[in-house]
Amino acid sequence: MKARTNMSDLVIAGRTFRSRLIVGTGKYPSHAIMKAAHEESGADMVTVAVRRVDISRKTESLLDYIDTSKIFLLPNTAACYTADDAIRTARLGREAGMSNWVKLEVIGDEQTLFPDNEGLLEATRVLVKEGFIVLPYTNDDPVMCRKLAEAGAAAVMPLGAPIGSGLGIQNPNNIRIIREQAKVPVIVDAGVGTASDAAVAMELGADGVLMNTAIAGATDPVMMARAMRLAVEAGRLAYLSGRIPRKSYATASSPLRGVVGS
Amino acid sequence: MTIKLNGDSHDIPQPLSVSALLAALEIDPRRVAVEHNLTVVKKTAYDSAIVGDGDEVEIVNFVGGG
Repeated sequence: MKARTNMSDLVIAGRTFRSRLIVGTGKYPSHAIMKAAHEESGADMVTVAVRRVDISRKTESLLDYIDTSKIFLLPNTAACYTADDAIRTARLGREAGMSNWVKLEVIGDEQTLFPDNEGLLEATRVLVKEGFIVLPYTNDDPVMCRKLAEAGAAAVMPLGAPIGSGLGIQNPNNIRIIREQAKVPVIVDAGVGTASDAAVAMELGADGVLMNTAIAGATDPVMMARAMRLAVEAGRLAYLSGRIPRKSYATASSPLRGVVGS
Repeated sequence: MTIKLNGDSHDIPQPLSVSALLAALEIDPRRVAVEHNLTVVKKTAYDSAIVGDGDEVEIVNFVGGG
């Protein structure tokens, strides 16, 4: 029997993505390595940051290394600490990228980079009203995710662990509850360290995983990108195929009858 | 006259359109977004939006991020 690879595409706000892995563009050893890692990851959506142009110094453009005919750009509002700054950055990102999608970050604490719930909700409401497709980076809190979806977020992106920490999914039960309750796609964003973390997120039912440092910071980012692609696919298939229940005691896999000498 | 460009003082000879300012800075207008006195300037308005003395201008682009 051929495996039924029911890997249906990821759909957010009516837009279809072939890959459930979304990757970042920051912190790679070089733009060339980033480009190779993107190809190996299979991702068709990447995040980018919005920053001041360096007037005094000509730098290579990131966009020379992203094939935007194949890869969708998702501008973020990283390093914004107020709703107003995030809204301002989102508007600039829309003009720079000519799309109305935004990965919305409103950060509440420098050390943990945990989101500021109040600011995030406020900015989501304003940007949704302005016609943005808002994907908020949020705490792994089912109630907050529900409020964001009610405010019009096109997806919710709960963290697995602090950004760049590589700690893996710290609160799997919350991710599972968020998936069960949410009426919008759930993308686990941040905290992945290695492939098994991405697989865990997908096995919990996440619709996708977003990561940057886990790939960019690996000793071999291109190989890790491939590992992540496989992990996301494996986790998705495992989720869809319905895992066996957990039991405390053994159940034999081989027949108990016909044992030699019995 | 002086404008505030990306947070720093910047001298311009006379009031300039956003298009002219970007050209003077050798910046490809297709890959940036411009904010003029806290309002985003649409690309279609780069010729008509005039930057003058004391104005604040932000020019941003995409960089690597997560």
